[in-house]
Amino acid sequence: MPNTTTPISMTGPSVKAAPNGAPGPVKLETRGLDVFYGDKQALFSVDLAMPEHEITALIGPSGCGKSTFLRCLNRMNDTIATCAISGEVLVDGQNIYDRELDVVELRQRIGMVFQKPNPFPKSIYENVAYGPRIHGFAASKSELDEIVFTCLEKTGLLEEVRDRLDATGTSLSGGQQQRLCIARAIAVNPDIILMDEPCSALDPIATARIEELMEDLRGNYTIVIVTHNMQQAARVSQHTAFFHLGHLVEWGDTEQIFTSPAQERTQGYITGRYG
Amino acid sequence: MNAATLTGTILLLAMAGFYMGRARSLQTAGGDAKKLHSLPGYHGTYVAFWAGLPALGILGLWVGIEPFIIKQLVISGLPADMQTLPQNRLALLYNDIQNIAVGASSSKPDAVLRGAADHYSTLRATGIMAISALTLGMGAIGLAITRARIAPALRTRPRVERLIMVLLIISSTLAVFTTIGIVLSLIFESLRFFEHVSLNEFLFGLQWSPQTAMRADQVGSSGSFGAVPVFTGTLLITAIAMLVAGPIGLMSAIYMAEYASPTARGILKPALEILAGIPTVVFGFFAALTVAPAIRDAGASLGLSVASESALAAGVVMGIMIIPFVSSLSDDVINAVPQSLRDGSYAIGATRSETIKKVIIPAALPGIVGSFLLAISRAIGETMIVVMAAGLAAKLTANPLEAVTTVTVQIVTLLVGDQEFDSPKTLAAFALGLALFCITLALNLIALKIVRKYREEYE
Amino acid sequence: MSNLSKRHASEKRFRIYGIAAIGAAVLAMVVLIGTITVRAIPAFVTTEISMDVFFDPEIIDPEKTGKREEWLQADYNAMVLQSLRKIFPRVRNRRDRRNLLRIMSSGGGDRLRNMVVSQPAIIGKTMTVAMPASDDIDMLMKGKISRDVPEDARRLSNKQLKWLDALQAKGHVHTTFNTQFFTSGDSREPELAGIWASVVGSVLTLTITLLLSFPLGVSAAIYLEEFAPKNRWTDLIEVNINNLAAVPSIVFGLLGLAVFLSFFGLPRSAPLVGGFVLALMTLPTIIITARAAMGAVPPSIREAAVGLGASPLQVVSHHVLPLAMPGILTGSIIGMARALGETAPLLMIGMVAFIVDIPKSFTDTATVLPVQVYLWADSPERAFVEKTAAATLVLIIFLIAMNGLAVYLRKKFERRW
Repeated sequence: MPNTTTPISMTGPSVKAAPNGAPGPVKLETRGLDVFYGDKQALFSVDLAMPEHEITALIGPSGCGKSTFLRCLNRMNDTIATCAISGEVLVDGQNIYDRELDVVELRQRIGMVFQKPNPFPKSIYENVAYGPRIHGFAASKSELDEIVFTCLEKTGLLEEVRDRLDATGTSLSGGQQQRLCIARAIAVNPDIILMDEPCSALDPIATARIEELMEDLRGNYTIVIVTHNMQQAARVSQHTAFFHLGHLVEWGDTEQIFTSPAQERTQGYITGRYG
Repeated sequence: MNAATLTGTILLLAMAGFYMGRARSLQTAGGDAKKLHSLPGYHGTYVAFWAGLPALGILGLWVGIEPFIIKQLVISGLPADMQTLPQNRLALLYNDIQNIAVGASSSKPDAVLRGAADHYSTLRATGIMAISALTLGMGAIGLAITRARIAPALRTRPRVERLIMVLLIISSTLAVFTTIGIVLSLIFESLRFFEHVSLNEFLFGLQWSPQTAMRADQVGSSGSFGAVPVFTGTLLITAIAMLVAGPIGLMSAIYMAEYASPTARGILKPALEILAGIPTVVFGFFAALTVAPAIRDAGASLGLSVASESALAAGVVMGIMIIPFVSSLSDDVINAVPQSLRDGSYAIGATRSETIKKVIIPAALPGIVGSFLLAISRAIGETMIVVMAAGLAAKLTANPLEAVTTVTVQIVTLLVGDQEFDSPKTLAAFALGLALFCITLALNLIALKIVRKYREEYE
Repeated sequence: MSNLSKRHASEKRFRIYGIAAIGAAVLAMVVLIGTITVRAIPAFVTTEISMDVFFDPEIIDPEKTGKREEWLQADYNAMVLQSLRKIFPRVRNRRDRRNLLRIMSSGGGDRLRNMVVSQPAIIGKTMTVAMPASDDIDMLMKGKISRDVPEDARRLSNKQLKWLDALQAKGHVHTTFNTQFFTSGDSREPELAGIWASVVGSVLTLTITLLLSFPLGVSAAIYLEEFAPKNRWTDLIEVNINNLAAVPSIVFGLLGLAVFLSFFGLPRSAPLVGGFVLALMTLPTIIITARAAMGAVPPSIREAAVGLGASPLQVVSHHVLPLAMPGILTGSIIGMARALGETAPLLMIGMVAFIVDIPKSFTDTATVLPVQVYLWADSPERAFVEKTAAATLVLIIFLIAMNGLAVYLRKKFERRW
């Protein structure tokens, strides 16, 4: 149920070549992105294109700026007072830092899942229903029910929680909570889902489930995931970007990055010479 | 129709606007709410705001100005000799006119007053009708216009949120206006006081007997407004109070923070909170009923002459009242000292009391000083205990067994009674109030500064 | 290690000081509440004297008009005297008759009047009616006045004591629960004085206080905590609010006097004005507690809501406010409790009047319970002491209940983030 009344007409996806020339339009792109926290510069002129319906992984040692980069994509950095941004971030060819853009609508089109699961202290049903409700996606309770059930099913939660939809979201296990957060994010029908180290707080079994989920979701959404776990990046993503000290060092097909990276620094990180 | 019912009607109009706006939004979207930019509720609220707020604003303004305007009009309609009466006589006359108009006057009025009363009634009635028409008209127009503008693409949510934000900001500024109001009113009235009595006499004079002559030809009683004895009285009682509350409050806090078991804390803390919740008038009654006679009798048995309204009695009871204050503030401060300091001391083999005396208290000292300053400020500003247990006559003494008076007692006695509002006597109360405000403000600022500086050291 | 034992002894002493301090505080509180309760208990019972009363039509309606106004105007005390003389037929001269009547309270006449007006059919009949005794008799029965003092130092003459004993012997005298204390307003006669008028006044005043301070305080807190930019102006506002919270309450009374009464000409001693003054006083407290409660909500919840596309106001109203509400309510209850007990600012705006009638609107002259306590504490009659203590006890109970409710709510809804 896409929201058709966007104030700025988003032109069709710009047909830009994907990193290694393979077909697939670019959904999300940054050009010359600089980010400052006060006087300290966190990102230096990043140019990165993320293709549609693919999973792009952002990897790099701690403090390299990958989370900062991710948060620029849905303007979450707006909430930080000292953060200043220059450059462009384009979604479907349109700069999202344009003054005219309604950031509330932007965040409906780009969803986010955080590192530590943060379900609302409301019921499971309410957690998922909240987004559709404030954006007016459901005209009646039955429509709302449909959305909630579909999303819970997509994340594989429905079977597990069907009989206790009234229980609070915080009563679930860690892995279930994170899946609930993912269900909550897709309930507002975004095109893009950003995930900031979604499995770092979870055990291996829960992690495996979420990685499976990501692959299922890829068909309908574009996913950008930050991870410090290289094996995970290798497992789930089609494209990978390597960040180091605020610079985008290299990006390309996952397979190529992990087997024969072009840059020495990339090689050094992947082989574990530094972390 | 009066202001209250008019307000109610406007609110009903706003509610109607809400429902109409909401329905209209769905209508323009062809029944499909998903086509709307904002939820139907926001459209409804948008209409309700424009139907109600301007009207209520105008009504509020009118309620404020109406008494002045009508008074001016009625008085200007009086015969010339009545208009030139002195202010207070004119005010009484106007009061009579008002009473006649509402039928509350028992005496037989003369024709002039009768006429004025009729004038008054007509003016009020016309006024109310005019303002009703105006506000309801505005409300209806606002409703109609906004309702007509509703369309699926209309971005009402941001507009409504902007309006709400304005209301929030106005609420925030109210606190500032209160302070400005306090300062201005105190200063204004005090300046009028200082026209009668010099600042020098007030601040440094040793004689306080505010009996002003009631009539120009009255013999005796010239007022003297030297406030020094009043200030010293406050200081004496405050000192006694702090002598009681300081050690007890601090030691209680130390014990509860460092020694008491969790169950004991669970009982003692609420118990002290109960003490904190008892209103000061109760303490005042207790002081007058039990403590003051007890002290007087005890003193008599020791051969001392103790006034029945001794500073000691008032001071002791005030001290009891402040104990929870000192205790809870000190408790916060002591608990804020990091555990690492305690660990370091115990590891060397110090006993608990040594750790407390040599490590914790020195570390928490600024905070404790701050809490003592706040307690002193509270004691200085306290009214009911001293009104009921301390004396009325200003006496310059340091003897706790005598009766003294305080700033707050004088403020009450000067104002509670049928005084004219602008005699030097009543204005003196404002001068005292200004002094009180300045002193407590200074103490509070210093205390907060000390506490804040101290907190920064540990964070 | 010779000083080890000294140090342990010092430790022990220190502990004892601590316990002594707490003991002193608790003892003071117990003595306070104890003495007041002990003095208050006699106020809850009162002495009544019942006797046969002939509802004499000659007194009630001598001109046989049958009109209610006539019945209201009649001299019911004469009827009481008549009934007394039936029991003491030998009381003849004027002085004795007057003293006989003085055993009864004038409230007896009022009671008879109310009976006639509500049930006119009793005119002409004889009924047994219980009527309140005078405050001196009441005090005697409660042992507060002694018989052993010589007659001219006593408020009751020997003859009056004789009559009282006779009435007692015949079983006319009994003590009963003092409902009048709870149902009537103030009175010059201590035996007829009650707290109802001041309780209603308190309720009216606190209603205005709550209606003003709660919405304004929470709104201001929302803006200052969630939206205001961090600059010099907002710092100034914060300092300002912290200071206002510590200003002595009497200063707010002065503000009310200068602005609300003198400048705006609002009615003196009205719950409306009292409510305004108390609202200004309570506002800083509510702002500070509400801000603390909202600040305790973890940022991760706000982030999640923002990530879903909620606008800043939606984040606050859908998430922050509901989660902070228990803390806000607790703070508000404590603020209201403090306002309930406030006396000084209300004295400034004129609530020292003698209020007999129950206030009916926000602009009627009224008084509040703590002011009533203050006024009674000043009265010379001995009988007012117990009334003051009883009113104080009612006030304390109310406040302990409110504070207890706040503490309970805080414990129940406390969230560990």
